Amino acid sequence: MNLWLTIAGMAAVTYALRASFLVLPPSVETPPLLRRALRYVPAAVLTAIWAPELLLQDRVLFLALQNERLLAGAVAIAAAWRWRLASVTIAAGLLALHFFDWLT
Amino acid sequence: MVLERTALSAGLRAALPVLLGIVPFGMITGVAMVASGIPPLEAMAMSVIVFAGASMMACAQLLSQGTPLLLIVLATLFINLRFMMYSASLRLHLAHLPLRWRLLVAYLQADNVYGLTLARFSEKSLSLEERLGYFLGAGVPIWLAWQAAVLAGVVIGAGVPASWRLEFAGPLAFIAMTVPLLRDRATLAAALAAGLVVVATAALPLRLNVMLAAVAGIGVGLFFDRYKTR
Repeated sequence: MNLWLTIAGMAAVTYALRASFLVLPPSVETPPLLRRALRYVPAAVLTAIWAPELLLQDRVLFLALQNERLLAGAVAIAAAWRWRLASVTIAAGLLALHFFDWLT
Repeated sequence: MVLERTALSAGLRAALPVLLGIVPFGMITGVAMVASGIPPLEAMAMSVIVFAGASMMACAQLLSQGTPLLLIVLATLFINLRFMMYSASLRLHLAHLPLRWRLLVAYLQADNVYGLTLARFSEKSLSLEERLGYFLGAGVPIWLAWQAAVLAGVVIGAGVPASWRLEFAGPLAFIAMTVPLLRDRATLAAALAAGLVVVATAALPLRLNVMLAAVAGIGVGLFFDRYKTR
């Protein structure tokens, strides 16, 4: 039940964002500050989501060679930087995770 | 509103190579959702109703960490804020469409549909009908391919053993989306600030650190942006 409510909430905010400017009459201008702020949203939000998965264990900073998620994440970042292909990044990260897991 | 057949097929042709990229990402999204505990029916419903891969992946991840509903919806809002940007930009080309068509265009918005469409609109001068035709010609097949890929992922995902650790595909997909964005100093600073804050405030309850990090990242990005233009 809670999950369905979550889905409904997600759908409502997502559609509202997609429709936001499209439903306005053509005469309305986008405020410049909003336009500039929107540019930094994806990088900030996405990083806030993946960084804890690499750097934390039980909400505590885990910087060690035993942290295979951090090492695999570093490999994935390098692969993403080099090839810019989602499929390559994900494959490299998963393979590295199993490799470092096997190593430790 | 009459749909332009040539514009429709031009959109479809432009979308074909993009479909190859969507299918693996859709499948991974499906697999990751099921792997982190969302039942198949709900995962599929989310795919059709929400239709926004990154936020679905984030929802799966946050749900498995026990994040409350309201914060998941808030995280969705932040992740999908870029659609507001697309909406503002598409409006410059499609504002004169009847409202019901604009509502459909809003639903079909996705990163690659937006990218393809804007590239075409800026290189060629098209009539309003042609613009709508091109958007739908690209947007509808991309929507269909995405749903089919998520369905395949959900079906496969239910049978994948946990030892394969496919739930890690979630964060990896986010890395794949983030890294190509880091082209200038302001965006890089925004990402670094968000990463630092999310880890430094990890002890906060209710996963509030994610929201705090988003706000800090946007603030730092804006600060560097201003610094750059001076």
